[in-house]
Amino acid sequence: MIQVPDRHGRFGAFGGRFVPETLMNALIELEEAYNKFSAEPEFQEQINYLLKQYSGRETPLYYAERLSAQLGGAKIYLKREDLNHTGAHKINNAIGQAILAKMMGKKKVIAETGAGQHGVATATVAALLGMECKVFMGEEDTRRQQLNVFRMKLLGAEVISVTSGSRTLKDAGNEALRYWVSNVDDTFYVLGSAVGPHPYPMMVRNFQRIIGDETRKQILEAEGRLPDLLVAAVGGGSNAIGMFYPFLEDESVGMIGVEAAGKGVDTPYHAATMSKGSQGVFQGSMSYLLQDEHGQVIEAHSISAGLDYPGVGPEHSYLKDIERVKYVPITDREALDALKLLCVTEGIIPALESAHAVAQVEKIAPTLSKDDIIVICLSGRGDKDVESIMAYTEGEGLK
Amino acid sequence: MTTETTNRMDLAFRRLKEQGRAALIPFLTVGDPDLETSLAIIAELEAAGADMVELGVPYSDPLADGPVIQRASARALRGNIHLRTCMEAALKARKAGSQLPFILFTYYNPVLQMGLDTFFAELGNYEISGLIIPDLPVEESEEMRRRSRDAGINLIPLVAPTSSERIAKIVSGASGFVYCVSSLGVTGERTSFHESVDQFIESVRQATDLPVAVGFGISTPEQVARFAKICDGVVVGSAIVRKIEEVIFLLQDPGKRGEGLLQIRDFVAQLRP
Repeated sequence: MIQVPDRHGRFGAFGGRFVPETLMNALIELEEAYNKFSAEPEFQEQINYLLKQYSGRETPLYYAERLSAQLGGAKIYLKREDLNHTGAHKINNAIGQAILAKMMGKKKVIAETGAGQHGVATATVAALLGMECKVFMGEEDTRRQQLNVFRMKLLGAEVISVTSGSRTLKDAGNEALRYWVSNVDDTFYVLGSAVGPHPYPMMVRNFQRIIGDETRKQILEAEGRLPDLLVAAVGGGSNAIGMFYPFLEDESVGMIGVEAAGKGVDTPYHAATMSKGSQGVFQGSMSYLLQDEHGQVIEAHSISAGLDYPGVGPEHSYLKDIERVKYVPITDREALDALKLLCVTEGIIPALESAHAVAQVEKIAPTLSKDDIIVICLSGRGDKDVESIMAYTEGEGLK
Repeated sequence: MTTETTNRMDLAFRRLKEQGRAALIPFLTVGDPDLETSLAIIAELEAAGADMVELGVPYSDPLADGPVIQRASARALRGNIHLRTCMEAALKARKAGSQLPFILFTYYNPVLQMGLDTFFAELGNYEISGLIIPDLPVEESEEMRRRSRDAGINLIPLVAPTSSERIAKIVSGASGFVYCVSSLGVTGERTSFHESVDQFIESVRQATDLPVAVGFGISTPEQVARFAKICDGVVVGSAIVRKIEEVIFLLQDPGKRGEGLLQIRDFVAQLRP
């Protein structure tokens, strides 16, 4: 397989850098700084130290025996990214980018956030490194994720409620970019997913690949062989690309990216970018996106704030087109049922995002044999979602 | 460049140079508050002394724009105004007698979705002299540049105070004029400009023989006059869009529409350097 991205930040037809000229210099500086520092051992050492001593890596690869037995097919492992400090994989990337910011001499960081996990991770690392932090969050999401808003404030960050557009993740991203345009001199934009203009998709992937690198080592120890299938939820796609990337050249390893079908892909209320979107330019890169015939971006919908995004990382669009990864939709309802299943079989409350991956495995595991191995990227824990789940299941009772 | 002599924008800059004055280039979002009113506003802009006009295509995710133009975009989108409507608006304005060169200001995605073949095939019929695509930096614009050149339409490059060594690459092979972004940030009125802006504009001048215009944040007659001394054109966007927003209640009242249009005309007339 060819090495992507190329020097223009292209993953095949996707990626690139579609931003106002005012940002170009900052992106070029960022790319140069990343290339320079990532080649220095000290950079990786600092990151590794924090990942281990601060975030608690490596995260376990846990054999979900009761879930496997219940579904009656493949052996299912969970890569426990939910056990990271701050409760999700987002910290891997936040640590990487914040260390880069520090090495670049930037004292202020900004971030966009949907569910709040990336915002919390960035606020956390900013506190740790003594940096000023502003987090942009859609007003709708601040309402859905009040606990995370409070958490960020506790950590000393300023949370800016975004009231433009659909008031969700995409608008938070737009506002963060607009703010960055005005403050490029002293501010580092810690982008939370494998999206946006080059070098972000590449950089975020490289900071998240530790998920897949650890999984490879752990599954070889546990099973003596590579897994047959990797399953991960895809909003922007950072946990998924982090899990998939180190396995891309292993032909025996199948991969499924699970996107949010909301109320259903045949309704207007979904976030199924791969299933229902088309190619276009959004937030700085060429990728698949949800748009109308005139090229206006359509609002996404998902019970999960982290998947409620009309775009997707350019590398995922590339992996879909070359048919290396299969992308499937899972509805709100299916994700909720899977969340409950994981709660009662394993005593783990997954994030709603990760529950989408569990739901896909619920469908596929029974069709596989007992010798097959599936790894689910359990990207985050569900504590933040308990209120949303209560609201959704109100009146129907817990089964 | 065989088409150079027939492009209205090029002719206008040539005329302005002879007259020794800078172009006043107002911006409006097409379809804010509705298409018919936009056409009436274009006529007022011309009457007020505009030399060319930027026709803004409303977009759902206007990254380069501040809150004023974001709101205008949202209002226009509610009226189902899209890229093609805006292109047709130029033709309608021409048929209504406007002599102004029209510059289409659009984000890249609507153009991509229309398809470059269709876009350029139709563009020639719509009396458009220039294109500004704020999210298409020079590295990504090769095909647009080639197709624009073939169509005799000026793809206007943007340069920013941070462009520094990129300026030469950006302006090389450009046509029409070079658009200097006055300061870092999104569109929207500014009360003051960094003093280094003069130096920046001077460095752009030295890199190109094309006319040089400045925009982003210019809103008062004093600011227009200040930049008209050192530039060949001054773009005023958000200030005019805000004025339109202020008088929407007049524009939408058949009995007071004339009054609203007159206020817009007066506002633009006093900007004229």
